[in-house]
Amino acid sequence: MPKELLKVKDLKQYFPIKGGLLGRTINHVKAVDGITFDVYEGETVSIVGESGCGKSTTGRAILRLDEPTAGEVEFDGEDLLALSKKDMRKKRKDLQVIFQDPYASINPRQTVRQILEEALEIQNVVPKNERAKKIADLMEVVGLGAHQADRFPHEFSGGQRQRIGIARALSVDPKLIIADEAVSALDVSIQAQVINLMKQLQRDFALTYLFISHDLGVVRHISDRVIVMYLGKIVEIGDKTSIFDNPHHPYTKALLSAIPVPDPDAQSERVLLEGDVPSPINPPQGCRFHTRCPFATERCRVEAPELRNIDGMKEGHMGACHFMEEIKNGTHQVE
Amino acid sequence: MREEINTGAAQIKAAPNPTLVKLSTFWRKLTSSKSAVVGGILIIAIILIALIGPYFVPYSPSATDTANRLNGPSLAHWLGTDNYGRDIFSRIIDGMSITLYVGFSAVLIGMTVGVFLGIISGYYGGKIDTIIMRFMDILLAFPGILLALAIVAVLGSSLNNVIIAVAVFSVPVFARIVRGSTLSVKKLEYIDAVKALGASDARIIFKHILPNVASPIIVQATLSIATSILSASGLSFLGLGAQPPMPEWGAMLADGRNYMYDAPHVATIPGIAIVIVVLAFNLFGDGLRDALDPKMKN
Repeated sequence: MPKELLKVKDLKQYFPIKGGLLGRTINHVKAVDGITFDVYEGETVSIVGESGCGKSTTGRAILRLDEPTAGEVEFDGEDLLALSKKDMRKKRKDLQVIFQDPYASINPRQTVRQILEEALEIQNVVPKNERAKKIADLMEVVGLGAHQADRFPHEFSGGQRQRIGIARALSVDPKLIIADEAVSALDVSIQAQVINLMKQLQRDFALTYLFISHDLGVVRHISDRVIVMYLGKIVEIGDKTSIFDNPHHPYTKALLSAIPVPDPDAQSERVLLEGDVPSPINPPQGCRFHTRCPFATERCRVEAPELRNIDGMKEGHMGACHFMEEIKNGTHQVE
Repeated sequence: MREEINTGAAQIKAAPNPTLVKLSTFWRKLTSSKSAVVGGILIIAIILIALIGPYFVPYSPSATDTANRLNGPSLAHWLGTDNYGRDIFSRIIDGMSITLYVGFSAVLIGMTVGVFLGIISGYYGGKIDTIIMRFMDILLAFPGILLALAIVAVLGSSLNNVIIAVAVFSVPVFARIVRGSTLSVKKLEYIDAVKALGASDARIIFKHILPNVASPIIVQATLSIATSILSASGLSFLGLGAQPPMPEWGAMLADGRNYMYDAPHVATIPGIAIVIVVLAFNLFGDGLRDALDPKMKN
């Protein structure tokens, strides 16, 4: 069993809504509302879900780009949330992030060399006289030419810029990289290149990825395990094959049925959901999915389901639904 | 056709620095604005006169000549003489450096403090932001000249105290502008990226935020110089700033006031000088604002 690199326990991220004359907090957006999961060394865990489900917020909270409201984030045996700001800055060497928009995530006023040099300087990864070589190596590694180091971001294409972002993340020799929709802004052929590059880097540098995405095709390609989120909660978690081939939660099923099949004759059973995602300001009581779930009963409206493993599920595969057995056996009755 | 091909090749070869590209478009926009050109030329002329003028003036600015009191403009005294027979032309030229010194130093102090407070406020937010900005609101609530009067009254009347007073009332303007720009810049993803790399707040503020909020600061500084000069002259006019016999324009205006009917030029000429300098900075500031505004494309 590989060791746990990242342990997230009951993580909550509430954003206050200020209002009124005195700017009092009148309510909270419960973007992430108590999620628990582990990431093992060397694996790729994906978080999927529709927009607004809290997947990006989870990534930012782990990195402490936003300070989480409650919960624990343990990285390599150390509680990140207990670290002082200064110690956290040092710790950031081990956790890096790749952002979605390659046009917004690099400073347009810096050359590639300056961008990478700054990263090396902040964490003091290599002595000053070796930085030039390290920069050339990094650029080579991500598939850019070392001769392009003195160019500015606007001289690169989107895919190349994303490679610069990857090089920046790699420059400090991290253990975990959080890829926040890292390929969503790229077009499909470039997506494949960047994903293959990421997989290659994972092998070469023993990286662990937390891959945040809404693109199930990409997730299927890159992940070892998958976490499905809905409205700030985990609804299903498990290894890739379990989630894709043997989904148990009605939401996961609906999500998976939305993957387009590149075969016009294929008969797909589309599970259509009604309505929209409810507001995370006042999430539904009980199971958060009950407002849109075709199987919802009175119990779902009252009691929030816990993640659990049932017969016929692989170890580590868990779903948060009261009626997984009944739905599976076809004996579930909607009142 | 050929030209197009040539320019294309040139673009591939030269890897333009975006700062330089921006500078060249900025320069083109700036020079295409008439007010900026007029203002700019005037400012350059004013600065040159202030620097080298005092070495070439025909009379000492404090040399009195009681035989020639309140003379009108003539060949000997180009702009006439004042109530002590001092040559007004020499005094105006000599006073130019005082005017500029007051304008520049007041803005420099006000800008430094204002930018600092604004960036801290915008970057950290929360309670710090509330405290700083409410304090700025209090300063803004006073009419500028009244606040300056109060400050000079407390500190005592001297030119340096006038500078401090004028600086204090230009602080909130800078703080507000910088806070707003900081708020928008700090939301950009690359700020998060350097934060995730472990950059200190100081590095983020000085290396990544300050350069991106510079243009509104520059525009405001130019316009503030004009306001500061006007306010400082006003305070000197009231006798709170430069003390006689310093050839400060506001003080000269005050001196000339008593002879408005017999020798109007004694008061009018320093007034015109103030107008020209203030106008120069205002014109240039307006042109600068248009040139730096990304929404205005020519």
